[in-house]
Amino acid sequence: MKNKAFLSGNEAVAEGVRLASPHVIAAYPITPQTVVVERLAEMVEDGRLKSEFLHVESEHSALSACMGASSIGARTFTATSSQGLLYMAECLHYASGGRFPIVMMNANRSLALPWSIYGDHRDSLSQLDCGWIQIYVEDAQESLDMVIQSYAIAENLKVLTPVMINLDGFVLTHTYELVDIPQKDEVDKFLPPFETPYKMDLENPKNMGVSSSPSDNTEFKFQQHKAVLDAKEVIKEVDDSFRKAFGRGYGGLVDAYLCEDAEFIMVSLGSTTGTCRTVVDELRQEGWKAGVLKIRFMRPFPEEEIIEITKNAKAVGVIDRDISFGYEGTVFTNVNSALSKAGANVRSLNFIAGLGGRDISKESIREAFYDLREESRGISKKRVKFLSLGVSIDE
Amino acid sequence: MSKVRGTINAGNITDKEFFYGHKACAGCGGSIVVRLVLKVLGERTFTVIPAGCMSAVGFVYPQLCFANNAIISTFAGTASMLSGIAAGAKALGLKDYHVVGIAGDGGTADIGIQALSGAIDRGDKIIYICYDNEAYMNTGIQKSGLTPYGAKTTTTPAGDNIPGTLTQKKNMFEIVAAHGIDYAATASIGYIQDFINKIQKASQVDGTSYIHVFAPCPTGWGAPLDSAIDIAKEVVDCGLWYLAEYENNEYTLNKNPKKFTSVEEYLKKQSRFKHLTKEDIDRIIISRDKKWNLIRSKWSC
Repeated sequence: MKNKAFLSGNEAVAEGVRLASPHVIAAYPITPQTVVVERLAEMVEDGRLKSEFLHVESEHSALSACMGASSIGARTFTATSSQGLLYMAECLHYASGGRFPIVMMNANRSLALPWSIYGDHRDSLSQLDCGWIQIYVEDAQESLDMVIQSYAIAENLKVLTPVMINLDGFVLTHTYELVDIPQKDEVDKFLPPFETPYKMDLENPKNMGVSSSPSDNTEFKFQQHKAVLDAKEVIKEVDDSFRKAFGRGYGGLVDAYLCEDAEFIMVSLGSTTGTCRTVVDELRQEGWKAGVLKIRFMRPFPEEEIIEITKNAKAVGVIDRDISFGYEGTVFTNVNSALSKAGANVRSLNFIAGLGGRDISKESIREAFYDLREESRGISKKRVKFLSLGVSIDE
Repeated sequence: MSKVRGTINAGNITDKEFFYGHKACAGCGGSIVVRLVLKVLGERTFTVIPAGCMSAVGFVYPQLCFANNAIISTFAGTASMLSGIAAGAKALGLKDYHVVGIAGDGGTADIGIQALSGAIDRGDKIIYICYDNEAYMNTGIQKSGLTPYGAKTTTTPAGDNIPGTLTQKKNMFEIVAAHGIDYAATASIGYIQDFINKIQKASQVDGTSYIHVFAPCPTGWGAPLDSAIDIAKEVVDCGLWYLAEYENNEYTLNKNPKKFTSVEEYLKKQSRFKHLTKEDIDRIIISRDKKWNLIRSKWSC
């Protein structure tokens, strides 16, 4: 029986959390994440969700409380955004180092200064190295489904790594779509209770969250790295079994659209991908061989997939809703690293767009494709270009 | 839970040790607090220790020094991690256990005060112990919000222009009580039975409890290695610390000395106070008397 509802991205996340039934939810409000925790609070109030709901006084405490609960084997959830993500930055690294399989939703939002409540990826990409698995989802359905998948990935004993699900602030968090809500008993079957031997246990006491000396630290960090690499296979397995259980899947680390024969491929994260697909459809009608490669996981990074999918392309563009000041967009750096390691002889350009909530229009994406075509013809274009830039610059 | 019914004392306290083999300095007051708290609470205790001396000396992989469940929290996150454990334990349906955090003065009164305030506000069923050695000792004796007036630390050096620390100790006991906490107490390792009683009482509270225990650091205070207990007794006897409780919205003084012992004697035994002049000491005495006037007029004694 299908159960469809008209939900925003935030509400879809809340439905996913309800279905995953965490023992403990600890969260602090921040725009544009608030609706997630409001819905969860309502579900706890009316009994649809049997979770302990902690009204913490900060994001640092939200994640710290999740770590405490996770350390005794409880399933946990929190949600944040932007300044809140940075306020918990210490705990982000602590949680991954402690191998706590926490699932967190992050509503992607710009970072102050200047203040902006609107979306871009500078918050989560600034924490790319915090050891979390990072997912970027595109629509409300994927948001709901990936909450459920995230617990299956995080709690896999080969992985035991926290997962951050990123939704574009407002564009996705506040946009309503028709969403299929799976049945609770089917989710319970897909996602059994979390069982781990690596917890504080009254019958079998443990010391956790230890200090290390130089003679051991590298081994801890190597295992942490290996766990995130091992997650690549687990992510695919979880998506396959999710498809079998619920009739839809997302293809694992990336989602390639019309890339098989594409000469020009645009790489994007999250909700920008939908606009890119529309532009690609139009360009295809005009005779272009264009495609879109959506990176779904920034960590573990889909190196092999990017190399394989772009191997016949003439030029690859990367849209970054982010800028690493003084260099280039972070997604671009990562994509180029993969391409250069493979010895790929493909040209690549970086398009900085959508900072602080600015719309990424079809026209600007089309402009980016034009640049790719010129670059492939040997007409050198700016390697890092700000799309729709409103200040004059010396060219 | 402790097997002992009724009052635990030196005669019937368990022989089991839950914190041993650690690398604390000789004569460490903080390690006495950890040892005693865990002996009273027993083996079914989840222990949270933040960054600081006790985690630095007790958790160095692979030499882990806690016989019960224990975890290091972030420096600011003792109380929030305790809250998470308490919430998780409730949701998982665990039975018969304690959740205790043991943090220093800096971890409590400075960086950890926000999370502590949040936990008390929620009334989470946790026990929070602040062992107060009056400075950041693990990092090398820097001033904290609980360093007393006049004390020399590495960040409040005493010289010709400034006589060491210029601020008073934050009043953590009353700050905590002002939240309307279920149970709060002050204690000292110089009065062990009183401290044990308070740990026991805290363990029976259905809500949040807080014990602020005075725990000298001979290394940081410039005092003989065997002096921690004596100093901790003397500080109460000379009136610079007091033994009290807060419950049911009321303060109770547990020990009301008829006559204080010498403040100067107390200060002069510790090199951190050696530089103090007669005027400095008089100022400390005036401040003490003011506090005691308030205590004796407002609290039940």
